[in-house]
Amino acid sequence: MASFIARRMLLLPVVAFGVTLLIFALLQFLAPEMRAAAFITNPNQLTALDAIIKKYGLDQPVYVQYWNWLREVFSGNLGWSQTARLPVRAAIGAFFPATLELTIYAFVPIMLLGVWLGTAAAVHRDRFIDHLSRVFSISFRSLPSFVWGLLILMILYGRMNWFPPGRLSLEADLFVRDPSRFQLHTNLLTLDALLNGQLWIFFDALRHLMGPVLTLTMVSIALLVRITRSSMLEVLRQDYVRTARAKGLGEDVVIDKHARKNALIPVITLSSLTFVGLLGGVVITETIFNFPGIGRWGAFAAQQLDIPGVTGFAMFVAGLTVLGNLGADILYAYFDPRIRLQ
Amino acid sequence: MGILTLATRSLRQHQAQTRSLAVLGGALAAGALIIPPLRERFLQHPFAVAGFLVLVLFVVAFWTIPSDFTRRMRKNPLSLAGFTLIVLFIALAILAPLLAPTPSSSRDPYLIPQEGFATDPRPPRPGHPFGTTEGQYDLYYGIVWGTRTALRVSMVVILISVVIGLALGGVSGYYGGRLDEAIMRITDIFLAFPSLILAVVVVAVLGRSLTNVMIAIALVNWPIYARLLRGDILTVRGRDFVEAAKAMGGGDVRIITKHIVPNAIYPFLVFTTLDVGLIVLTAAALSFLGLGAEVGYADWGMLINLSRNWILGAPGNPFAYWYVLIFPGAAIFLFVLGWNLLGDAVRDILDPRLRGAG
Repeated sequence: MASFIARRMLLLPVVAFGVTLLIFALLQFLAPEMRAAAFITNPNQLTALDAIIKKYGLDQPVYVQYWNWLREVFSGNLGWSQTARLPVRAAIGAFFPATLELTIYAFVPIMLLGVWLGTAAAVHRDRFIDHLSRVFSISFRSLPSFVWGLLILMILYGRMNWFPPGRLSLEADLFVRDPSRFQLHTNLLTLDALLNGQLWIFFDALRHLMGPVLTLTMVSIALLVRITRSSMLEVLRQDYVRTARAKGLGEDVVIDKHARKNALIPVITLSSLTFVGLLGGVVITETIFNFPGIGRWGAFAAQQLDIPGVTGFAMFVAGLTVLGNLGADILYAYFDPRIRLQ
Repeated sequence: MGILTLATRSLRQHQAQTRSLAVLGGALAAGALIIPPLRERFLQHPFAVAGFLVLVLFVVAFWTIPSDFTRRMRKNPLSLAGFTLIVLFIALAILAPLLAPTPSSSRDPYLIPQEGFATDPRPPRPGHPFGTTEGQYDLYYGIVWGTRTALRVSMVVILISVVIGLALGGVSGYYGGRLDEAIMRITDIFLAFPSLILAVVVVAVLGRSLTNVMIAIALVNWPIYARLLRGDILTVRGRDFVEAAKAMGGGDVRIITKHIVPNAIYPFLVFTTLDVGLIVLTAAALSFLGLGAEVGYADWGMLINLSRNWILGAPGNPFAYWYVLIFPGAAIFLFVLGWNLLGDAVRDILDPRLRGAG
């Protein structure tokens, strides 16, 4: 196990290096003036564009530039984001907690509902619930996430006024920003609200989370249902399940104690990939619900040609994705010893 | 003898189907030529009409091939639905100039004609069957011509990703060793990004346009094809018939193209079918984020982007502007649904073990 993890870990720096190389290669499509714009912080500097190009070595050979850029990236300097009006690293720090909170809240219903529906569909194969889960699965797969989001916004906010966009209502926002009344510990607002003993802030934040959570659930659940179902079907065919039935165990015990435990192995692995998928999904979802997380910032930065913002955002998400994939591999190897021996 | 009777009977059934389809097509064509306004449109766009007839012939031919594959497709209602949806969309794309004629003042049929410049969307009315968006772009025109955009984007992206994927995946799977290791690490790098996010970065850097959207999605997409083909080749490579071909002195290229690819291609085909839906979804998402087609270009994602300001409706009437979201949303949904249904069906047919897995 240790050697398996070590081998996987060794690949991390390779991929990280490759990610920076890919981003840098993309940046080469921009003119030096455009790349210099990343270093400009006020309009007066526009007259000194050539000086900036010289100062940051933007007219030097590519490998020199790459080395300079890489040094900056690894010292934590990702440039200045015009859209956030913050250094990129600070912007990530400011926007990420909201996204983290959102993904955590979306993760729970996706896993619970997905596993339940997948198991039910497999156990009652070709019965009503199975067909229902197939219909759901293929419809959710075919409807774009932004149409889902806009429909939810239209009906559950516009019509019902249940789940408003944004992260907090105006009064709650003012309350949270007042340090004499509210301490921000984690920047996960629902958690902070509980720590501060302000239940109404908790419910306000929760109400605002529901729209994006619903959207992300609809989009991500189909894959989980499908994997759980096929994995469960596979397990139900195994000899030990037949043995369990043959020795007279009730169907509930067979499903719960024997089949589901083994069927969940690929699902556990998938859980960390689901997390990664959610990180990709937040770009659309946060934009629709005006939820001030990292995805909305990334999309806005891309629209406004805030190149340091976009690339910093992408590298950060890539880092999380690589860690997520590593987590998936390790979980898989832990639960299924056959993998380790390969 | 029994088999022969069965075969002739099923062939006769096909002929009956073919004949009824041909009669239907002929009646439609004759009707169109008799009604004067339609006749004019037909005569103005001979290529579209010819293209449509080719499509009809192709569908009829495909449908009547007496093979196991088409027989199973006919038996499965879901695959029928998917196939019908896709054929309808392709027909819509081919007949776009007839169904939504471009005004003579327009310099590019893909630019949606505007009816004035009022800022708020206007509901369906004569002349604008689906209503107009903000800026008065005609939704019907945009959706009909958007079909062409969707098909073009997905075909171009698939072509690029398949070519790169086939080349790199084939080399990687067949030769193995260091080359394989290197190519797989490159795919790792591309797969380290959630696909939409890498596409967003690429479009942001290259500039927003439909061409760059295609480049971006292809760039995100090819590693999956490369890996898929490599995996398939690895499973086929060790088989006896490949060893036999090697023993007989077959060259590498010959073995790859004649023996390995034909045997590894089916999962590849299934994935390609399902991928059309994904590509259209990604392209629409980019357009929705304002990173794809320019405002006014016939593109479904762009139309939905135009609906964003009007989602909450008017005071007292939350669904006042429903048509701006529902029509283009339905177009994307049905298009992607068609490909997903077909992809699932093809997968079931080619690999019966997976039947009902989706």
